[in-house]
Amino acid sequence: MELADIINPNNLVYKKPKLFTENTMHYCPGCTHGVIHRLLAEVIEDLEIQDKTIGIAPVGCSVFAYKYLEIDWQEAAHGRAPAVATGIVRTNPDKVVFTYQGDGDLASIGAAEILHACNRGENFVVIFINNGIYGMTGGQMAPTTLIGQVTSTTPNGRDVGRNGYPLKITELIAQLPGTSYVTRQSAHTPAAIRKCKKAISKAFQAAINKKGTSFVEVVSTCNMNWKMTPVKANEWMVENMFPFYPPGDLKDGSRTDPESYKTLKN
Amino acid sequence: MGELRLMKGNEVIAEAAIRCGCDGYFGYPITPQSEVMETLMDLEPWNETGMVVLQAESEIASIHMIYGAAGSGKKVLTSSSSPGISLMAEGISYIAGSELPCVIVNVQRGGPGLGTIQPSQADYFQSTKGGGHGDYRLIVLAPSSVQEMNDFVELGFQMAFKYRNPAMILTDGVIGQMMEKVVLADFIPRLTDEEINEKYGSWVTNGRKPNRERNIITSLEMDSGRMEQNNIRFQEKYAKMEEEDVLFEEIQCADAEYLLIAFGSSARVCLKAVDLAREKGLKVGLLRPITLFPFPKKPISALAKQVKGMLVVEMNAGQMIEDVELAVGCAGNKVPVLHFGRMGGIIHSPSEVLAALEQKLIGE
Repeated sequence: MELADIINPNNLVYKKPKLFTENTMHYCPGCTHGVIHRLLAEVIEDLEIQDKTIGIAPVGCSVFAYKYLEIDWQEAAHGRAPAVATGIVRTNPDKVVFTYQGDGDLASIGAAEILHACNRGENFVVIFINNGIYGMTGGQMAPTTLIGQVTSTTPNGRDVGRNGYPLKITELIAQLPGTSYVTRQSAHTPAAIRKCKKAISKAFQAAINKKGTSFVEVVSTCNMNWKMTPVKANEWMVENMFPFYPPGDLKDGSRTDPESYKTLKN
Repeated sequence: MGELRLMKGNEVIAEAAIRCGCDGYFGYPITPQSEVMETLMDLEPWNETGMVVLQAESEIASIHMIYGAAGSGKKVLTSSSSPGISLMAEGISYIAGSELPCVIVNVQRGGPGLGTIQPSQADYFQSTKGGGHGDYRLIVLAPSSVQEMNDFVELGFQMAFKYRNPAMILTDGVIGQMMEKVVLADFIPRLTDEEINEKYGSWVTNGRKPNRERNIITSLEMDSGRMEQNNIRFQEKYAKMEEEDVLFEEIQCADAEYLLIAFGSSARVCLKAVDLAREKGLKVGLLRPITLFPFPKKPISALAKQVKGMLVVEMNAGQMIEDVELAVGCAGNKVPVLHFGRMGGIIHSPSEVLAALEQKLIGE
């Protein structure tokens, strides 16, 4: 069989999404950021919202997310993506805005911004990548680091007395009346990736239909800083992350109807 | 003539924002400027002009909301007072580094730390030398009346959009809280999305249109060679401001032998001090910088050749005096430049200023 017979348009089952740029990704081999970027590109293309979508990149490994998708982007200060998204969506209510944030960005330095944006029910999508570690700065403890997990700032494992407890921020977010759809996904198997894409698509549709803040956590790996092979990192994630951060929907609906509250009369 | 009203400085900021076609205000309560947001919430501009008003969870969130909205080409404003501006320093640096326009109002109070809620001018350094990290400058406008609180909102936006740079209205608790008559501006309609695309389509992030490249707003540049080029571009912009947009006022300077230099509410006090001095036969003038950056170096340098001494009057320990000394000294002048300051929320009286002038300069 000749090469031309193999690389034949009729045989193609997989191709670069239309919204991917030509830039080579800077992510480490085995990282799931690239997969999740691809899902975002596919969802934005499927929903035909390229001309009204604005992405907000965080500080962290995905600081350069704006290099890879053919849409308008703003790069936010560390943790402030939900405030930046609020500023855009409040003054441009017909645009589709999403933030893309890691666990250090969202659950540590940006905890106030994400909680208040979700509590106000700001109409944007949050993609939250949780791999329990600060990737870009070289593997320090994150708020979501598991008890006993070794990082560069917890060389003997996370100790509750010294470092506090792992933060289940998605469970907190799901309690807030401003959120519509809150889910936890992963992207480590083809089946999980397909499910994750559906969740991201649903989150974007919730924003388009102005249902409130929609929030997709993707439990991920950082094989480089976990110091494992990509395959071993996936196994470690299933074995250790999933019991504490179980995949599945936490909330599926719309922001709470204000009529359900007792409103004080003026 | 426009509508004449009796209003507080802070209330006028709100009224002027609505009238100049502002798209949004994001802020957080802090004394002595809370009337800005309270007035906006009371006026409900979203019903009339569509202007968004949002009480944010912090000053940090407010300024990053400004960053987002400004990035989409909207005309947006925030206000705070000294401790709140410190919290905003991060976002202001990002806005300057990403070259976005916005107006920030600082109704100063005494510091450092939680300080006091009384008026002060102790944030001069913070406002004119940067405030946050990195080499950047704000356009800084210092109103000395409620009328100028009105006028500088639209002026601030014009300068901010001209340079794609944040502009600050640096005022204080005196101007923010006092009531004066003010002629309000006429209403300017907000820009439509089509107008924004036409004017600012080359940089705004409001969704990639088929007729343009995608726009990216960031202050990040990993290549230090390119980052230096960015910095050179910023510096050229600041130099252009110094060339084209210096504003100042000279009062009774033509025959002055002694010069008072003061901005904002201190200049109002000095105005009276000039009158008291003239009544005593002393030839005293006042130079009032209106833009603190770009600083009016040339007129100060010119007056240094004419007067016998200069007294810089500020509600701080001596901040603007450093810029005055530079302006005087760089031109090779040797005239004495002295300082008279009150701190911690105390305002000078005109007779105190005159006494200081007589003791420190004339008495020599």
